[in-house]
Amino acid sequence: MNNPIPRFPEFEYIRLDTIDQTMKFLVDYQGEAYPFLGGTDILIGVRDRKFRPKYLVDLKHLDGMDDISFNQDKGLSIGAAVTLNQLISSKEVSQHYPVLTQAASHLGGYQIRNRATLVGNLCNASPCGDTIGPSLIYQGIANVIGPNGTRFIPLEEFFLGPGKTALRVGEIVQSITFPNPPQQSQGSYLCIGRNKLADLAIAAVTILAFPDESAASGYRFRIALSAVAPTVIIITDAQDLLSDQKVNPAQIEEAARIAMNRCKPIDDIRACQDYRREMIFTLTLHGLQQVWKVLRP
Amino acid sequence: MKIHSLTLTINGSKERLRVSSNLTLLHMLRERLGLTGTKNGCEAGECGACTVLMDGEPVNSCMVLAVECDGREIWTVEGLTANGELARLQESFMKLNAIQCGFCTPGMLISAYALLQRNPLPSELEIREALVGNLCRCTGYKRIIQAVQDALSE
Repeated sequence: MNNPIPRFPEFEYIRLDTIDQTMKFLVDYQGEAYPFLGGTDILIGVRDRKFRPKYLVDLKHLDGMDDISFNQDKGLSIGAAVTLNQLISSKEVSQHYPVLTQAASHLGGYQIRNRATLVGNLCNASPCGDTIGPSLIYQGIANVIGPNGTRFIPLEEFFLGPGKTALRVGEIVQSITFPNPPQQSQGSYLCIGRNKLADLAIAAVTILAFPDESAASGYRFRIALSAVAPTVIIITDAQDLLSDQKVNPAQIEEAARIAMNRCKPIDDIRACQDYRREMIFTLTLHGLQQVWKVLRP
Repeated sequence: MKIHSLTLTINGSKERLRVSSNLTLLHMLRERLGLTGTKNGCEAGECGACTVLMDGEPVNSCMVLAVECDGREIWTVEGLTANGELARLQESFMKLNAIQCGFCTPGMLISAYALLQRNPLPSELEIREALVGNLCRCTGYKRIIQAVQDALSE
């Protein structure tokens, strides 16, 4: 029997010494050269002929790409080549950004997480990318270098659609930085897939809540929904409801209902729209109840 | 297509190879080096049958380009057997019949071996989590989990 899995088409693997050489190559061969980190998404796309790169340009060895650092003033910085298992095993990440650790642990099996990276997961820009919701609620910023210099893109402005980001030709994300999380913040990442571990999300909800005297309710909430719209979405009116009015079980249920009504899921191989909507209600409700149980006075 | 020269260590032996960019570590092991213990399942990083150790960490060899392995150390299931004697994990898999068709077994052994290297006394949940990336379509996993636990108890 013929192997039903197609082999890779021909391409060239490129590994250049410096970031400048790498960017120049990506610009000179735009449309033909693709950046390459862990490869867990792009290699499948290449094999299935969704992408037809002439060159795969490795970034993993470039200066600063494998750094992970935290300090109380600047917050957290995660280099583009830091694998998810390296991120998960960082005590500082799990102590200060536990929802990021939780969501990263949900992505793939152990072997995949030894190759997959946070930056790769973000740049792949899948609406169901596990690390996108937590990266948004922790207000991550992409540190981008490109032919015209360096720029910083807040992740809220980074995702333009499925597989589409604000990156321009020749630009690469060198690292993601996260400010210090708000004091006493409590978070939750709830995700359902076809199995309990490792499957792509059918729907997922990320929540961060923290005390804030400037809010009428005394608290602020951040709520991100995954796999139910062309990008991961922030539900600002549900957030506002819980900041502006006294938080109680009825308001929490109303916020979950708003989340359900704001999402725009599709039918696909993993679930239908109606199921996804219902699950967004349930996951948002449970997530808000979880964080409020810890935070409430 | 450009040919790359590699020097790497496989199961403790130094190898020099010339590979094309689009050759995976999986195909290099099976077709160039005859190490067919590493199985070719899904070629999408889903089933774990092709799991090998790369610098001590388990990876799906179907998702690694051979050219990325220059200077690296690779261990396959063949390398688990020291001096022709079965490793403790392999003995436990046989003793508890944690094998039916056997296709997933090399990947299971490598993932379980890597788990025991980083955590010598894993709980049942930790064993299950470590084997999430290894699919078995025959055994229902129960005996595989028991075999890993058995290897701990010896």
